Amino acid sequence: MSNHLILWEVFIQSKVNLPYKHVGNVHASDSEMALQNARDLYTRRNEGTSIWVVESKNIIASNPDESESFFDPANDKIYRHPTFYDLPDGVKHI
Amino acid sequence: MPNSIFEDKINKDLKIEPRDEMPDGYRSHLIRQMSQHAHSEIIGMQPEGNWITRAPSLRSKMILLAKVQDEAGHGLYLYSACETLGITRKQMIEELQTGKAKYSSIFNYPTLTWADIGAIGWLVDGAAIVNQVSLQKTSYGPYSRAMIKICKEESFHQRQGYEIICTLAKGTDEQKQMAQDALNRWWWPSIMMFGPHDKDSNRSEKALNWKIKRESNDSLRQSFIDKTVPQAELIGLKVPDDKLIWNEKTNHYDFGDIDWEEFWNVVNGKGLCNKERIEHHKKAHNEGEWVRKAAVAYSEKKLNKKVA
Repeated sequence: MSNHLILWEVFIQSKVNLPYKHVGNVHASDSEMALQNARDLYTRRNEGTSIWVVESKNIIASNPDESESFFDPANDKIYRHPTFYDLPDGVKHI
Repeated sequence: MPNSIFEDKINKDLKIEPRDEMPDGYRSHLIRQMSQHAHSEIIGMQPEGNWITRAPSLRSKMILLAKVQDEAGHGLYLYSACETLGITRKQMIEELQTGKAKYSSIFNYPTLTWADIGAIGWLVDGAAIVNQVSLQKTSYGPYSRAMIKICKEESFHQRQGYEIICTLAKGTDEQKQMAQDALNRWWWPSIMMFGPHDKDSNRSEKALNWKIKRESNDSLRQSFIDKTVPQAELIGLKVPDDKLIWNEKTNHYDFGDIDWEEFWNVVNGKGLCNKERIEHHKKAHNEGEWVRKAAVAYSEKKLNKKVA
């Protein structure tokens, strides 16, 4: 029997309608314990309305060394932003 | 030679993240400093835990329990942050228990009276806050984020300590004497918490260049003294330093010589409680072994049921 607790990443939604945010991790033997530990560790002052825990090994992250080329496709597409467009003076509701 | 990505980031005040390239010395300095910080939070629970059963009222007992629980939380935030550097929690605990890793020497002093619980919150947490506020700007992302969270929670700690001391200082002569006695014993160890003078601190320069540390030991110490002396005066207590005097030219307090021999003695294991603190940590850790085993066995059993 292995005697190691598993590492879980913890995400908290601070208020209904807001996105979940990564806050840190906990060690726990199963998902139930991970949720309880996350509650005790990260929400002692009502910081959350909901918690997600995910086994750390299941997180796939982009490689910081390649972030330049990885995010490159978005760099030259300024027409994706509303400020790119020429509009006549005085136009409203657009 | 062109700057590395690491140096560029440091120069631009950007945070270094776990998977970024970093020099070995940067990594090992962080592991040493952050694990020491985490161990301090954990060992720091002991002198305060000593008074939970003897807190003078239900109110103070509830508050002290919450505070000790926070310290455990702070230790865990820091262990988590430190693990991102490639050291495991198990290794860190081993290094603490074998004496390879240190914790703040302040926790090797005993808590003799209830006033000491006040002094710890007011002075020890007060000094820690000065240091931690500065560390919010540290260059390592996970450490910085842990510090921001800890600072938010820590200010209640200092206030609860000061409240205990204020209550005693307003009490009978005997109670006031108890508060003064606690200040007498905790003052010097508290100002030693900032570490050796800058000129004697050989690791400081590198840590400042790497922006791990953002202010020097002496400047943090001065800031703590300047904040704290008026708080003592306000409630009629005397800081135990005959050379302490306001200097109008520098706009700071001048203070007496620190007894560095005592500091190094306690760091090197000759404090009053060094042995007791580590023995207690080992005992708690070993006695909790069956709980960890049972938790793992239970989750394995559940998993096997699902498979079958």
